[in-house]
Amino acid sequence: MSLTDNIEADGFDLKALLDPEAAGEVIRVMQICNACRYCEGFCAVFPAMTRRRQFDEGDVGYLANLCHNCGACYHACQYAPPHEFGVNVPQALAAARNDSYSAYAWPAPLAGLFRCNGLFVTLGVSAGLAITVGLMLAMIAPQLFWGIHLGEGAFYRIMPHTMMAAVPLAISTFVVVSFIMGWRRYWRHTGAKWGGFPDLVDAVKASATLRHLGGDTSSGILSGPGCPTGDDGSSNARRIYHQLTMYGFLLCFAATSVGTIYHYGFGREAPYGYFELPVVLGTVGGIILCIGTAGLFVEKRRLHPAVRHDEGLGMDYAFIVSLFFVSFTGLLLLAVRETSFMGVTLAIHLGVVYGFFLILPFSKFVHGLYRFAALIASAGEARRS
Amino acid sequence: MPNEITKPIVEKSWDIIVIGGGNAGVCAAITAAERGCSVLVIDSAPRDMRGGNTRHTRNLRAMHDEPTDVLTDRYSFEEYWEDLMRVTKGVTNEHLAEVTLRGSQELTHWLGARGVRFQSALSGTLNLSHTNAFFLGGGRAMLNALCRHAESIGITFIYDAEVTNIELENGFCEAIDVEWQGQSLHLNCKQLITAAGGFEADLDWLAEGWGDAAKNFLVRGTPYNKGKVLRVLLDRGAQMVGALDQCHAVAIDARAPKYDGGIASRIDAVPFAVVLNKNAERFYDEGEDFWPKRYAIWGRLVAGQPDQIAYAIIDSDGVKRFMPSVFTAITDNSIEGLTSQLGLDPKAAKKTVDSFNAACPDGPIDQMVLDGRATNGLNARKNQLVSANQ
Ligand SMILES: Cc1cc2nc3c(=O)[nH]c(=O)nc-3n(C[C@H](O)[C@H](O)[C@H](O)COP(=O)(O)OP(=O)(O)OC[C@H]3O[C@@H](n4cnc5c(N)ncnc54)[C@H](O)[C@@H]3O)c2cc1C
Ligand code: HEM
Ligand code: SF4
Ligand code: SF4
Repeated sequence: MSLTDNIEADGFDLKALLDPEAAGEVIRVMQICNACRYCEGFCAVFPAMTRRRQFDEGDVGYLANLCHNCGACYHACQYAPPHEFGVNVPQALAAARNDSYSAYAWPAPLAGLFRCNGLFVTLGVSAGLAITVGLMLAMIAPQLFWGIHLGEGAFYRIMPHTMMAAVPLAISTFVVVSFIMGWRRYWRHTGAKWGGFPDLVDAVKASATLRHLGGDTSSGILSGPGCPTGDDGSSNARRIYHQLTMYGFLLCFAATSVGTIYHYGFGREAPYGYFELPVVLGTVGGIILCIGTAGLFVEKRRLHPAVRHDEGLGMDYAFIVSLFFVSFTGLLLLAVRETSFMGVTLAIHLGVVYGFFLILPFSKFVHGLYRFAALIASAGEARRS
Repeated sequence: MPNEITKPIVEKSWDIIVIGGGNAGVCAAITAAERGCSVLVIDSAPRDMRGGNTRHTRNLRAMHDEPTDVLTDRYSFEEYWEDLMRVTKGVTNEHLAEVTLRGSQELTHWLGARGVRFQSALSGTLNLSHTNAFFLGGGRAMLNALCRHAESIGITFIYDAEVTNIELENGFCEAIDVEWQGQSLHLNCKQLITAAGGFEADLDWLAEGWGDAAKNFLVRGTPYNKGKVLRVLLDRGAQMVGALDQCHAVAIDARAPKYDGGIASRIDAVPFAVVLNKNAERFYDEGEDFWPKRYAIWGRLVAGQPDQIAYAIIDSDGVKRFMPSVFTAITDNSIEGLTSQLGLDPKAAKKTVDSFNAACPDGPIDQMVLDGRATNGLNARKNQLVSANQ
C-alpha cells in the first residue's frame, strides 16, 4: 500500500494550485526540451521530463522542486534568448518553485506569507528577538541578568529550563505538523508514488552529496564541473557552501538533541565543557554554518542574472541571513558564556532561534522538504522505468 | 577610424586569423595557438548566438577499438568505413576519409582535455552509444568549453563581425576586410583559416541548385552562414567540390522558425504516419526502413512536393511511438475533420487514407524490427509499421 493511498480520503482541492502563468511557462519550455533533450545528463529534471509526454500542473510542481537551479541547462541551451523560443529552464522552474511553496503551505490561509517573504522572515525573526530579549529584560533581575554565572545550570539561573524548553516544544510541534501537511500537499499534487526504502536511500545520497548541483549527474562527488558562472566558467562553490550550511545546520540540531538527552537522560545541565559532545557538535556546526551561509550569500550575488530568480531574492536572502544569525549568535554565546554578557547574548540567541523556528514553515527552509520529496519520487521513477 | 575597441585588433599583425567561430574554426584556432601562434577568431554572429551550426550539434561519431568512458562496445575502422561508403554511395575521397576516420579515435580525448564534457556511455536516450559520443548539454555547451579554453590560452575572439573580403596576392592572403562595430576594417595576418560554414542561409544561392523550391525551405541551422567567404573564395578562383543541391535535408515542422529551429523542429513521426502532400496524395513509402536510417531522405522528398509541404497523419496508437514534437499536434476525431483543419481536400484525403487502411493487414506491429508487415497494392507501398487505422 502506498503512502498516497492512506491520504486519498481527505479532500482539499489540489487542482489549480499554481499560478497558471508560471505553470504554463514551465509546460511550454518542457515541451521544447522534450523534443531536444540535449541536457539530459545535467541533473534529474531532464530524465524525469523524458518519462512524460505531456505535462500537467502536478508535473510542474514536481519538476520545479527537482531542479537545483544550477544554471547548466541555460548556458548550454541553443534556444535561450535571444532565440525566439526564449527557453530559460532555470528561470521558469524557479518561478514555479517559489509559487509552489505557497501552494503547499499549511495552514493555507498563511500561504500569502510567501509572497513578501523577505519582509516577513525579517519581521518574524526580529519579533522573536525583540520579544524574547524584552521579556527577559523585564522579568529577570538585572544583577542576575548581567551577572557572571559559571558551572552546571548556569543558563538556567537566568531562564528556567522549563521555559527554555517549553517554547521550542510548542514551536516545533507546530513546525512538524506544518511540514507533514505541506509534504502531503506536495505529494498529492504531484502524484508522487512511494516506491519503497531504496528510493529513500537514493534521495538521501543525492541530498548528502547534492549531486544534481554538480553540473553532471554521472560524475563523482567533486569531480563534476559545478554550476556555470556564465558561458565562460563553472565552479563548485555553491555546492560546497550549501553542504557546509546543511551539515552545519544538522550538527547544530544534533547538538541540541544530544543536550536534551544529557539533560533528561543523565540529569546533566548545560553549559557543558568545551570538549563535550553537545558543545563540539554545536561549535563545529556553528562555524561551518557561518562559513556556508556567508559563502552562499556571496555566491547568490554572483549568480548569473539570467539564472537568478529576482522575485525570490528577498526570500533567499532572508533565509540565508537568518541562518547566519542563528549560528553566529550561538558561537557568540559560547565565546562570552563566562562573562557578564552571557545573559544578554543568551537572550539574543534564544530570540533569534525561536523566531527562526517559528517562521520555518514559511521560509525558504521548505525547499529542502520539497526537493527531498522530489528526489524520492525521481529515484522511484528511475528505478521503475 | 578605429575606436578604442577596434584599435588593438587592427594594429596587431596576427600570425593567424580564423574566420568562423564554429567547431572547425575554434579547434583550428586552438591547435594554432598551442603551437605558439597569435590567433584572432572572427565570428559574424553576436556572442549569444555564436558558433554557427555547432551550437545545434548533439554528438560526434568516433572510431574506437574498445569501450571508452563515453562510447560503448567498439566501432572499428572497417565498420565506420562501410557506413560511410553506404551513406555516400561510394562518392567519397578515400584518402580524406581514411585520415578522418582514423583521426576520429583521438577526438573525445582531444576535446575532453580541452574541457569538453560528454555524457557517460549508456545514458543517452538514442540508441547510438556504440558509434556516437554525446556532448553533455549539446553543441553549445561544447563550444562554450572550447571557447573558454581558447581564451585561456590567449586566443582573441571578436563577434558580430562579418568578413566581406579576402585580399589574395599570388595565391597568398595578405589581409581581410571586416564589418565590425559599425566600421569597415582592414586586418593583416600572416595566414588565414576559413571555417565560415556553408551557404545554407542564403536562399537565393540555394535556389541556384534547387530552383524556386528553395524559397520555401526552413533552415534549421544558423542564419549567419550566408556563404560570403565561400563566394569570395570562388570569385578568387577556388575550386568547388560537391553540388549546389547537396545538403542534409530533413523533414521539419512547417511551423518552425525560418532559421535556427534546430533539432527540436525535426519530425520523427514519419514511419508511424501516412504522409500526404498538398493534394492529399501519398508520395513515398513511409516505412521503407528503420528510423532513423531513413530520417535524412525526407527533407528531399518533401522538397519535391508542391509548395514543399507535407502532412504526417498519425492515429492514436502511433502517437506514443516517437519522440514528442515541439509543436502541438493538430487533432481531430475524423480524417475529414483533420484534413479540413489542415486545408486539404477532405474527400481526397479520406479516399487516400481509406485505401491505405484497406491495404493494411491486421495484427500488432513491432517497431524495432522490419516486421514484414506491409501494405498491399498501393502506388506508394508502405513496408513496415502500419499504424494508421482510423
Ligand atoms: C540542427 C543540427 C544538428 C546537427 N547535429 C549534428 C550532430 O549531432 N553531429 C554532427 O556531427 N553534426 C551535426 N550537425 C552538423 C554540424 O553541426 C556541422 O557540420 C558543424 O557544426 C560545422 O561546423 P563548422 O565550424 O564548419 O561550421 P559552423 O558551426 O556553422 O560555424 C560557421 C561559423 O562561421 C561564421 N561565419 C559565417 N560567415 C561568416 C563571415 N562572413 N564572417 C565571419 N564569420 C562568418 C558563422 O557565424 C558561424 O559561427 C548538425 C547541424 C544542425 C543544423
Ligand atoms: C533535503 C536536502 C536539501 C536539498 C536537496 C537542498 C538543495 C538546495 C539547492 C539545490 C539550493 C540552491 C538553489 C536554490 O536557490 O534554491 C539550496 C539553497 C539553500 N539551501 Fe538547501 N537543500 C537541502 C537542505 C537544506 C538544509 C537542511 C539547509 C539548512 C537549513 C539548507 C540551506 C540552504 C540555504 C541557506 C540555501 C541558499 C538559499 C539561496 O541561495 O537561495 N538546505 N538548497
Ligand atoms: S534547455 Fe535547451 S538545450 Fe537543454 S534540453 Fe531544453 S531546449 Fe534543449
Ligand atoms: S538549472 Fe540545473 S538542475 Fe535545474 S533543470 Fe537546469 S540543469 Fe537541471
